[in-house]
Amino acid sequence: MTDRIANPWGERTPFGMDGEWPVRVDRFLENGVSEDDVDRWVQTASILHSNGDALDIAVKDGRIVGVRGRGVDRVNKGRVDPKDLFGWQANNSEDRLRRPLVRKGGELVEASWDEAMDKIVDRSKALLAEKGPLSMGFYTTGQLFLEEYYTLGVIGKAGLGTPHMDGNTRLCTATAGQALKETFGTDGQPGSYADIDHADAILHFGHNMAETQAVTWMRVLDRLAGPNPPRLVVVDPRPTPVTRAATVHLAVKSGTNVALLNAFLHEIIENGLFNEEYVRAHTIGFDELKQTVAECTPEWAAEVCGVEADDIRVAARILGESERLLSTALQGVYQSHQATAAACQINNLHLLRGMLGRPGCGVLQFNGQPTAQNTRETGADGDLPGFRNWDNKEHVQELADLWKVDRIKIPHWAPPTHAMQIWRYAEQGSIEFLWISGTNPAVSLPELHRIRDILKQENLFVVVQDIFLTETARLADVVLPAATWGEKTGTYTNTDRTVHLSEAAVSPPGEAKHDLDIFLEYAERMDLKDNDGEPLIKWRHPEEAFEAWKECTRGRPCDYTGITYEKLRGGSGVQWPCNDEHPDGTERLYADGDFNTRTEDCETYGHDLLTGAVNTENDHRAMKPAGRAFLKAAAYTPPHEEPGEEYPFRLNTGRTIYHFHTRTKTARAPQLQNAAPDVWVEIHPSDAEALGVEEGDVVRVESPRGRLEAKARICWIREGVVFAPFHYGYFDEPGKDSPDDHPRAANELTITEWDPVSKQPLFKAGAVKVTKLTNVNGGPAPAPTTTASAPVTDVYVPETVGGKDAEVVESVGGE
Amino acid sequence: MHLANYLGYLHKAELHLAKAFREVGEGHAAEADIYHACNTLAQQCKAHAGKLGPFVERYGEEAPAEPDRLYHELFGGTRSGGLGLLRDLQDLYLMANACDISWTMIGQAGQGVRDEDLLEVVDSCEGQTATQIKWLKTRMKQAAPQALLVAS
Repeated sequence: MTDRIANPWGERTPFGMDGEWPVRVDRFLENGVSEDDVDRWVQTASILHSNGDALDIAVKDGRIVGVRGRGVDRVNKGRVDPKDLFGWQANNSEDRLRRPLVRKGGELVEASWDEAMDKIVDRSKALLAEKGPLSMGFYTTGQLFLEEYYTLGVIGKAGLGTPHMDGNTRLCTATAGQALKETFGTDGQPGSYADIDHADAILHFGHNMAETQAVTWMRVLDRLAGPNPPRLVVVDPRPTPVTRAATVHLAVKSGTNVALLNAFLHEIIENGLFNEEYVRAHTIGFDELKQTVAECTPEWAAEVCGVEADDIRVAARILGESERLLSTALQGVYQSHQATAAACQINNLHLLRGMLGRPGCGVLQFNGQPTAQNTRETGADGDLPGFRNWDNKEHVQELADLWKVDRIKIPHWAPPTHAMQIWRYAEQGSIEFLWISGTNPAVSLPELHRIRDILKQENLFVVVQDIFLTETARLADVVLPAATWGEKTGTYTNTDRTVHLSEAAVSPPGEAKHDLDIFLEYAERMDLKDNDGEPLIKWRHPEEAFEAWKECTRGRPCDYTGITYEKLRGGSGVQWPCNDEHPDGTERLYADGDFNTRTEDCETYGHDLLTGAVNTENDHRAMKPAGRAFLKAAAYTPPHEEPGEEYPFRLNTGRTIYHFHTRTKTARAPQLQNAAPDVWVEIHPSDAEALGVEEGDVVRVESPRGRLEAKARICWIREGVVFAPFHYGYFDEPGKDSPDDHPRAANELTITEWDPVSKQPLFKAGAVKVTKLTNVNGGPAPAPTTTASAPVTDVYVPETVGGKDAEVVESVGGE
Repeated sequence: MHLANYLGYLHKAELHLAKAFREVGEGHAAEADIYHACNTLAQQCKAHAGKLGPFVERYGEEAPAEPDRLYHELFGGTRSGGLGLLRDLQDLYLMANACDISWTMIGQAGQGVRDEDLLEVVDSCEGQTATQIKWLKTRMKQAAPQALLVAS
């Protein structure tokens, strides 16, 4: 038994290069339940992060009583992330939403489904008649299922005809998708998690994999514990479990990623460590890239990034001399200034070295949320489904034919409206209807006072579809109670394109409905029809929706046509593309160096990385990419808001392993909640000393936008940087949705700004000041000691443990 | 030789465009992307004018009044709201196009006099001006339906 709060990654199962990652099946059942008591095990996958770990749900007497990993699955070989081991308990919470709510006389009161849906439909029809579809917006999540997103996408695009659809995936995964499109022509992850088994060097850029994809980090740890371990280059301003395992750790100043990456590329080009033949045959743009990085010496980058030039040189050597290089990136890249530009340079590293499509040679531009990949595929993030190009009339026509609607009905006159613009239109009053599903923008978006004000606007009709009365739901006009994971059936796809089936194990509470059924009911009540006068949405069940989706992907890079629910049952998840040509799926893309960049195929004609200006079809054609990848160059530019006299610190926000998103589920799992019960602020010892702050003192962090109050954790974060986790809101505080007494959401501080290309907001940017409020009175900061928030060693802080309630069975080899 | 006239025209036009970008950025600061992009592009225009400096000295500057007229006619201060933004971006678009065609003309003349230095400057700046225009068009196309059909 392992206390998986105290030891989140469990016992090691070492293996060597090119070996098989051993199976280790993790199992956790609620107190008093033994394996013999379980009535049945129901197949699913993780819904609390993007790794896509395959699990089975234990059901007893119609209740979920635990989980175990699926040893047969390629992604996790039986291992389970701590969030999944314990997070399922939220399903059984007493305070789940059970009936619809509607606002009457300023209060949310219980209502029937008929009444709630009537309100939504009446408002929709009135707005469509009066102002048209541009007055309606949809803001979804990265946590619904593929079938639900696709249905929502068809309703929005072919039924209503609005371009205003996006997900909170804009906050976590937009840059990953965009960088893949810019470089390779379409979205789609080139690499595979199995590249970890074969790599001799791994670059983790802005990626605390230990906490964000704990199971894949176990795979890295097992390689590190075995023979011939890979060398690790890690870029992160915080000391994390990943940086502690690094061969070279570069703790750059936030906002300087492009400078460091350009120095890497400079070293590789200067020292002739690039694959000239591959570059010539499979890429375009080398001369401009070479020119752009010509002056980017390690000394120059050292000055910009605040790290040692020699460390940059050593890191560049590792990257340049590796024979099998894997790179992974996450929010340190995506939520920073110059996000897409930086992510493209990581792709460039692999193109220069010709390291794609072979075992151990891959890029994994990670996703943040479990089903983020599916918002990108299905178009629930505004893109056209099947990685189609909104600016390609043929692509739009294919959808029009598939859905039997006129092409002009489908919005394709401009890029889809990104989330921050949807909120801006709502603020300005031109969007008057906003349907929010499965997300909590009142805690997760930047500059929260503004978001709360928008949600409270008189003329904005807000629908919230969720499983709890979140901070956002409290501000809605109609609240729809939804079923969640374990209570509904559908599929979703992880970062490395592995598709999993998640089956309903138990019934939803009260009158809560499946998200798919909610969307279907809306489509029916809105009387959405195709050109034949038939219902626009022709499916009633998840499997039918999946079959319809498959048709939409036929011949596209994300081809699902070879996958069926039956194929996904019992065995491992399957990686798309899966079709007649690849009946068992495809482990790695671009093995032949042939990319999806032909003008007819590509998902975008490309953007200028500095401004986000869109290339035209003719611009694209003139470049004659013809299957070659784009080496897109970008010069470093400094962030817009730098620390100064009034606000001397850089702000960084992020996650801890124990929580997901805004804690709507994880706060309701006692083991997870107790491990990280409240917000904290991380600060370097010398900064703390200058402020007279000791471990556990309450500090106020202020930006030009708001303030946060929290206990200080003194740790080895980079000097001049403060970090706050973004998980904490107000639903479990006495004042509920009010930040007045105890502002503890990190997004009170964050800036309204986004990357010009991916439109991903900058959660790791901006300047703040820190002041001490009170001396230690209630012990140390409530930050875990097991992770990036580990305290400096000379201060006594009790270890984070889970005790008996967090003991997990780990069976190496299975059983 | 009238190259001086065109150099003067472009020099002034870039400075006016820089000022106009800055004003539009400030005037629409609530549009976060407009604010930052306009400031970035204002700096670019200013740098363009700076790069023209040595050539203005080499060939003389006969600053004509047209760029002033263009600026004042188009730009009587920023407007507000969605439609106002669209109109302001359209003014920038016209001003940027005046710069764009001037770069082309100066590039032609630069080839005629075989001035490698001038051609290098043209080469490094005209692409940026073209991208400015492309950005303006991108942003305007995005904003137009909302501004023209549903904004109050």
